[in-house]
Amino acid sequence: MNITELIVVLVTIGIVFAGVMTFVGYGSLLERKISAWVQDRLGPNRVGFDLNQPFLSMFKGFFGLGQPLADGVKFLLKEEFTPKNVDKVFYYLAPAVALSTALIAFAVVPFGPTSVLPPMVDNRIDLAVSKPNPNYQHRVYPRTNSELEKISAANPFRSELLEEAKSHSPKIELPKVAGIELGGSEIRFGIAPHLDIGVLFVFAVSSLAVYGVVLAGWSSNSKYSLFGALRASAQLISYEIPMGMSILVVVFMVGSLNLEAIVEYQAKHTWFIVYQPLGCLLFLTAIFAECNRLPFDLPECEQELVGGYHTEYSSMKFACFMMGEYTHMVTTSFLLVAMFFGGWNIPFLVTQDFPEGALGWGAKLVVFCGKMVAVIVFFMLVRWSLLRFRFDQLMSLAWKGLMTLGILNTLGAVVIIQTKPLGELSLWLLPAWSVIALLMVTGYSMTRPKPSNRFRTGIKSVDQRLSSQKELVGNRI
Amino acid sequence: MAINTKDVTWVEPPQLGLLDQLYLPAIVGGMATALKHLLETVTGTGPDATQQYPEEKPKLPPHYRGLHRLNRDEKGRVKCVACFMCSTACPAHCIDIVAAPSPWNDREKYPETFVIDELRCIYCGMCEQACPVDAIELTSIFDLTGLSREQMIFDKEKLLSVYDETVRRGTDPVRTHSGKLGPASEPGEAGLTESSSAQS
Repeated sequence: MNITELIVVLVTIGIVFAGVMTFVGYGSLLERKISAWVQDRLGPNRVGFDLNQPFLSMFKGFFGLGQPLADGVKFLLKEEFTPKNVDKVFYYLAPAVALSTALIAFAVVPFGPTSVLPPMVDNRIDLAVSKPNPNYQHRVYPRTNSELEKISAANPFRSELLEEAKSHSPKIELPKVAGIELGGSEIRFGIAPHLDIGVLFVFAVSSLAVYGVVLAGWSSNSKYSLFGALRASAQLISYEIPMGMSILVVVFMVGSLNLEAIVEYQAKHTWFIVYQPLGCLLFLTAIFAECNRLPFDLPECEQELVGGYHTEYSSMKFACFMMGEYTHMVTTSFLLVAMFFGGWNIPFLVTQDFPEGALGWGAKLVVFCGKMVAVIVFFMLVRWSLLRFRFDQLMSLAWKGLMTLGILNTLGAVVIIQTKPLGELSLWLLPAWSVIALLMVTGYSMTRPKPSNRFRTGIKSVDQRLSSQKELVGNRI
Repeated sequence: MAINTKDVTWVEPPQLGLLDQLYLPAIVGGMATALKHLLETVTGTGPDATQQYPEEKPKLPPHYRGLHRLNRDEKGRVKCVACFMCSTACPAHCIDIVAAPSPWNDREKYPETFVIDELRCIYCGMCEQACPVDAIELTSIFDLTGLSREQMIFDKEKLLSVYDETVRRGTDPVRTHSGKLGPASEPGEAGLTESSSAQS
């Protein structure tokens, strides 16, 4: 990696970090506004940018847009209280883990137009024939022309192979970076674009967030924190399984874990919400639980429990947990949009080549981020529509409901994709199968006996027990 | 004492159908309600409950029980006749009156000092009901502040100035009949005859 590349990456990270943090701040304002509107209130509308100066009075109020800044200042200036008997190392490490894992997961999230580069040959060769093995094709994606040249130059053996492969196959062309070239250089919408393990990376890193939770609860040396951490970690671990299952079919159909490839597949075909409504529902439910959002906000339970794993945290350390959760929300919303709602794609309006040039990537950026914001607004609306689950209900939903659905969905989809019973139309069996699987599981759950909340019979009261004892031993006393 | 199981009637929960068991229609319905409220509030068609308080004062009902005032008669004197009815009626014992012989002919006594501890007061309005001469009234002033407990003990001058201020603002018209003093303040026979004639 040369120094220019490094600078470009660092600048991208800086921009993304600033953007995400700004969105996290204003996301909290949006959350408060939406909470207020749903409850027929107005929400924060006092803190503007007038800084209490009369000559700035025109910036007073301003829909409360100064609120996130005020919150940030408050968090920084509040007393940084560390309880006496905490395990200092882990106590300080936990918020850092919580925030940084959420931010690292953002590295592979494409938040703007992406283009999958045409497949190139793999540099692994079939030793028997000393030619590119066709089985390995479609696997390596050099990112730009310059990178391709660099790789070729760095590996003369490979460049030979490349020339040979070019002459062999008309499919192999130099990468075309449609719509993202500007002034000769690439504009990147993602810190690590074209990463082939995209989805896997997000899942792997975001599941590390549970370490932040566990460390916080354990090191705080407090019962409330420990129980909060137990609740939270049980929930996070449970819901990772249906989350992973829900996207399996998507990955099968695209044949890649690369998020850009998934988006492009949807741009060429149909959004996965159409093929995979059940997968989308499972993923949506799982990310609600993963982000600790209502109706699964048992780790925190604002209204009825003492805090959660962050009970003993104050000021900026507490804010780190909150920011981590919001960043996680942003990341998973981008994932949901990229995997089920077509990414930057809007059929007939914003397609692979339709608005060209700068207008094209601008439109795609706006569409992608707009969809993400819509998902976040949906998150916030759900908060005021649904009741919180009880903990046993939460667990039985994940292990009995969502996992069964995930397995059924995956199995059925694999059978449909492999056997193709209706030829070209087989893909339309997928949504039908989704509905059937959902109804099957629901119907089965209806046949199960419901837990009763009635008085248990056959339990004797204290008086009855005493009298029966007297009957037994009475004569002797 | 536990409830006797014989006294308990159990209501069976409704049997859920297939769609109900899915919960999805109910969730969509709930979200529609939330969305309806959101849109109503954003477009301003919903219930307009919020007042922008310091800029926009609440409209209080005329019988609101706020800060006390001591009314003046038509000559600008304090109406109070120091009968101690209010301080007797007061459940919080927050009214302290020192009576003195009246310098005026139309009554025997007048309050030399009239002190209300506004922090003790529970704003029940019983002083106003007890007053025979409509001298004490509760106004609609509710945003009462002070920097110390001593500041919240209002003397006669302060209470009279509350009257002047509320009359000037026009927010609290004198609720009871102003001008002439009530019958109890009429000295001697005149008061009795007037009250009896008024009754008959």
